[in-house]
Amino acid sequence: MGSPPSLVARPGAGQVELTAEGSWTVAHARSLDGLIDETVQRMPPGQPVSVDMHRITTLDTYGAWLIERLVRARENLPGGVRLEGLPERYKSLFDQIQRADRAPPVPAPSRFSISGKLEQLGRATVGFGNELLAFASMLGALVLSLGRVIANPRSFRLTSTVHHLDRVGWKAVPIMLLITFLIGCIIAQQGFFHFRKFGADAYVVDMVGILVLREIGVLIVAIMMAGRSGSAYTAELGSMKMREEIDALRTMGRDPVDVLILPRILALVIALPILTFLGSMAALYGGGVVAYFYGGMSPDIYIERLREAVSLTHFEVGMIKAPFMALVIGVVACAQGLAVKGSAESLGLETTASVVKSIFLVIVLDGLFAVFFAAVDM
Amino acid sequence: MIEKPVIDVRDLVVAFGSRAVLNGVTFDVRKGEVFGFVGGSGSGKSVLLRTIIGLLPRRSGSIEVLGERLDTATDEARRQIERRWGVLFQQGALFSSLTALQNVQFPMVEYLDLPQRLMDEMAAAKLDMVGLRRADHNKMPSELSGGMTKRVALARSLALDPELVFLDEPTSGLDPIAAGDFDALIRTLQQTLGLTVFMITHDLESLKTICDRVGALADGKVVATGSIQTMLQNDHPWVQEYFRGRRATSLFSPANPAHAGITPPGA
Ligand SMILES: Nc1ncnc2c1ncn2[C@@H]1O[C@H](COP(=O)(O)OP(=O)(O)OP(=O)(O)O)[C@@H](O)[C@H]1O
Ligand SMILES: [Mg+2]
Repeated sequence: MGSPPSLVARPGAGQVELTAEGSWTVAHARSLDGLIDETVQRMPPGQPVSVDMHRITTLDTYGAWLIERLVRARENLPGGVRLEGLPERYKSLFDQIQRADRAPPVPAPSRFSISGKLEQLGRATVGFGNELLAFASMLGALVLSLGRVIANPRSFRLTSTVHHLDRVGWKAVPIMLLITFLIGCIIAQQGFFHFRKFGADAYVVDMVGILVLREIGVLIVAIMMAGRSGSAYTAELGSMKMREEIDALRTMGRDPVDVLILPRILALVIALPILTFLGSMAALYGGGVVAYFYGGMSPDIYIERLREAVSLTHFEVGMIKAPFMALVIGVVACAQGLAVKGSAESLGLETTASVVKSIFLVIVLDGLFAVFFAAVDM
Repeated sequence: MIEKPVIDVRDLVVAFGSRAVLNGVTFDVRKGEVFGFVGGSGSGKSVLLRTIIGLLPRRSGSIEVLGERLDTATDEARRQIERRWGVLFQQGALFSSLTALQNVQFPMVEYLDLPQRLMDEMAAAKLDMVGLRRADHNKMPSELSGGMTKRVALARSLALDPELVFLDEPTSGLDPIAAGDFDALIRTLQQTLGLTVFMITHDLESLKTICDRVGALADGKVVATGSIQTMLQNDHPWVQEYFRGRRATSLFSPANPAHAGITPPGA
């Protein structure tokens, strides 16, 4: 640590003599900072200043910089600052410090102003437009890539597709079954609880059947998929983008859409309908379990009621929606992944955006489908 | 009395799975010296560095840094030691969500209680010392070139005026002029602040101009340590090839005496 530093002023004949002592190091930087500022303010402007440094015991870049700050503060005043008695071994340290640019540090742009807010608004608007554009161009690139694969089936990345199918499909089965089973249970339980008041127990099965097959099954599975696989896609592609892997791929004549994105989205489009089917069955099963234990309805009657209540149409409505939802999730996830910039923070932002946007779009899409199916009487 | 070494590594074994990357490494780095460390690509230099600073576990052996064994030190003691060293990672390892200037300031904010103005000035001065232009001070790491990344990482490792710095290939990716400036900077800091430097490098020029001693890693062991002169006389085949190979001979030949020293700019 060394002895605490000091800077003593002694007014001499026509000049100010300062004597620096002690250890001018980072450990004392805080007090030195105050000392220098005070000295700069107190010194009369007209007189030359000399600093005697031969009693400085230790000096590091912090101490050297603070002395340099003193020198620069009086640079333009008559006489300036003369440094004397600098120990020989510290000469080159001063040379290094004097290389420091005289321009004041460039301040970071401040964001707390009205024009800043306006700028933000403008940027957000443009950003929204760009996102739409990115979505559309990803969709277009995907169609092109699919076209290339159809024209030349051997270029299709089967192994990669199967690998992703395993990740997003097969490995997701247990959690999807569990969640949809529980949802089925809850819907049935709520149905029995409230319908019982009207003596409408039998219609609980209608409700469970139609709700699960048309809406809940596919929605729950799609939302889970967006959270589970969409986020993974964004994070993977984003970190590949950060580490220039995607650029490397491009320079080797491989289109990243062919290699990375098509297999991923295809896997989602195949997996989501299958998971929807399994999930719907699990939910119906859950409903049946509750009907038996809570509603006192025998399995035979449950199945019989189901058969009357639901038709193939309901099942079809749910299944038709599934691949489109998968497409939306996949395209959003991949577009978001490619939008990642260099920082870890942007990776996090894009991953969040990917999940939020794809869930939002899945629900919007569901609404559009509802209108569509109503129009075609399904 | 002989002063205690700053880094003291004895019989260090580090392995991944069944493969021992380091198999009985023993060497020490003395106070105030620049210790250059060489070894083929993949020989385990970075692994050694990461083990010394406590990022990788070791199988056996002992490591003492700045007089303390890190594995038995308390958290507080460890923090005290970490404040006294700086590390430059091979890939820079800049924080991607902070600007260059903020990266250099980060250790100051963590360890020192200083006014913001002084930290701004110091960080800017450190970046100036490593030769990063003012216009680049507020760039994000993803906007920096490879050489600029190295400079910022170097400035960050020197931010607290440490007693000891670990540098993993500091000059790779720098142009020869910048590498020369780097050598001068390290020399200056070593001579003025008594900085101890542990430097992994493939840069023969740096080895020749600033390293007081050199250690060579081959087959998981330190096969030779000493000045460039002793290395030239060493008869280990890899060391021979390294220091008397095609590129080295022109540099180390008697016409170019080793350790000619360099004059810092402006001196
Ligand atoms: N986390 C890890 N798991 C398994 N093996 C590793 C790991 N890190 C390093 N290795 C292996 O240890 C060996 C030494 O790697 P290291 O990074 O230390 O090389 P190096 O000497 O620094 O090479 P270079 O000069 O190219 O940087 C290599 O064979 C590497 O594959
Ligand atoms: Mg390495």
